Amino acid sequence: MIGETMTLKQTPLNAAHRAMGAKMVDFGGWDMPVNYGSQIDEHHQVRNDCGMFDVSHMRVVDMKGASVRAFLRYLLANNVDKLKAPGKALYSTMLLENGGVIDDLIVYFMNEEWFRIVVNAGTADKDIAWMKQQAALHAPELSIADHPELAMIAVQGPNARAKVWEALPGSRELTENLVTFSAVEMGTMFIARTGYTGEDGFEVMIPAKAAPFFWATLAEKGVKPIGLGARDTLRLEAGMNLYGQDMDESVNPLESGLAWTVDLKSERDFIGKAALLANPPTRKLVGLVLLDRGVLRSHQQVHCAQGIGEITSGSFSPTLEKSIALARVPKDVQVGEDVQVAIRDKMLAAKVVKYPFARNGKGLI
Amino acid sequence: MSNPANLKYTTSHEWVKTDADGTISVGITQHAQELLGDMVFVEAPEVGRKLKAKEECAVVESVKAAADIYAPVSGVVTAVNSELDSTPEAINSDPYNTWIFAMKPDNPADVSALMDAAAYQAVVDSESH
Repeated sequence: MIGETMTLKQTPLNAAHRAMGAKMVDFGGWDMPVNYGSQIDEHHQVRNDCGMFDVSHMRVVDMKGASVRAFLRYLLANNVDKLKAPGKALYSTMLLENGGVIDDLIVYFMNEEWFRIVVNAGTADKDIAWMKQQAALHAPELSIADHPELAMIAVQGPNARAKVWEALPGSRELTENLVTFSAVEMGTMFIARTGYTGEDGFEVMIPAKAAPFFWATLAEKGVKPIGLGARDTLRLEAGMNLYGQDMDESVNPLESGLAWTVDLKSERDFIGKAALLANPPTRKLVGLVLLDRGVLRSHQQVHCAQGIGEITSGSFSPTLEKSIALARVPKDVQVGEDVQVAIRDKMLAAKVVKYPFARNGKGLI
Repeated sequence: MSNPANLKYTTSHEWVKTDADGTISVGITQHAQELLGDMVFVEAPEVGRKLKAKEECAVVESVKAAADIYAPVSGVVTAVNSELDSTPEAINSDPYNTWIFAMKPDNPADVSALMDAAAYQAVVDSESH
């Protein structure tokens, strides 16, 4: 804001990051660790063992009331009727009437009067305003409350669950049989078997005051801190979209590789459905692997036989030791085709591939 | 790590070493590699290319970002460090012993006119404020 000094927001773990030697950056207005040394080492640490991420900048929103399921059925592009067992989670987008993506989120079904939603940090205020605006029209008795006082620590990797069990006495009994993409409460904490890395693990919501102790306990058990740099390469290898890069309000989920999260089959109406049905996609999201030497980056142009596309996320994949990307291209582009990517003054060869690129410790390309 | 006193420096964070035969080798500084993070790709200029001082001539890419390297002085590229094709991370682990390209300066006095280690350190200090 012009004329004002922007103060970066801090998570409850800010001092801990600094004490661990983190390089801090301005991440959408938050003072966050980008790495604690080598981003590539941190990436491998998660694929091969486990690591912990401070994701306290993400926002928890609780919706409570008798009409909560009916409201979410209308608010979200994915169908909350898929959520039957308490604790079960669903990934969904939340759309504008024109089909543009307001945000992507995870919604947890706790009981018929309580659903918990986790939204992105940068969009949280906009999301909550939209939810409240829609609720005022369709479910005025609903209570919608966000919880910035909850910190969130993601522990990810093949050994992540065992480390959380060591660090949190009593958690093993509660979470050993927790199926993927579901959550359980433990006192004031909330433990979800979810993540953004393509590895097994937990995301633990914990009151801000208790977060530094939990973080320190995990560190004592040998869990290494991982910065947002590695979080980005891990999620890209896992083929997971990043809001603001791979999709935003200017594109719809069908052109963002998210058709699997949009329920167009049921009779149910939802915000954005009419626009999606009226405008069949002309583009789609594909994976790219660079064949020449170099690094794919967002906004580079992709020249295909069917027309020009654009990279939405690109980086170097530490697991594959190649450059990979997600790109939005004309819809008839097929897996296996060769394309050219404009990088500075050169046209470099890349191949269209099926993604994810890596998961559960292994490259898939 | 302090900046070696036997090198010259640019405001764009290259270091320059004058070799016995009068050619210079060019790399990036400790400060630059630290800002960029893990290196994954180096695009060096072509041998024989004529460069003007401050001309973009090479690119280093880390996991995070791409950064241009500028010719510290005018001259001709005489060699490139092809070991960096397979080990770009050497720039992180040993920035002052990892040259990216070498050139023959048009005018050796241009090299003498570059910053010394103390002047460069002042540039780094001013950027971190």
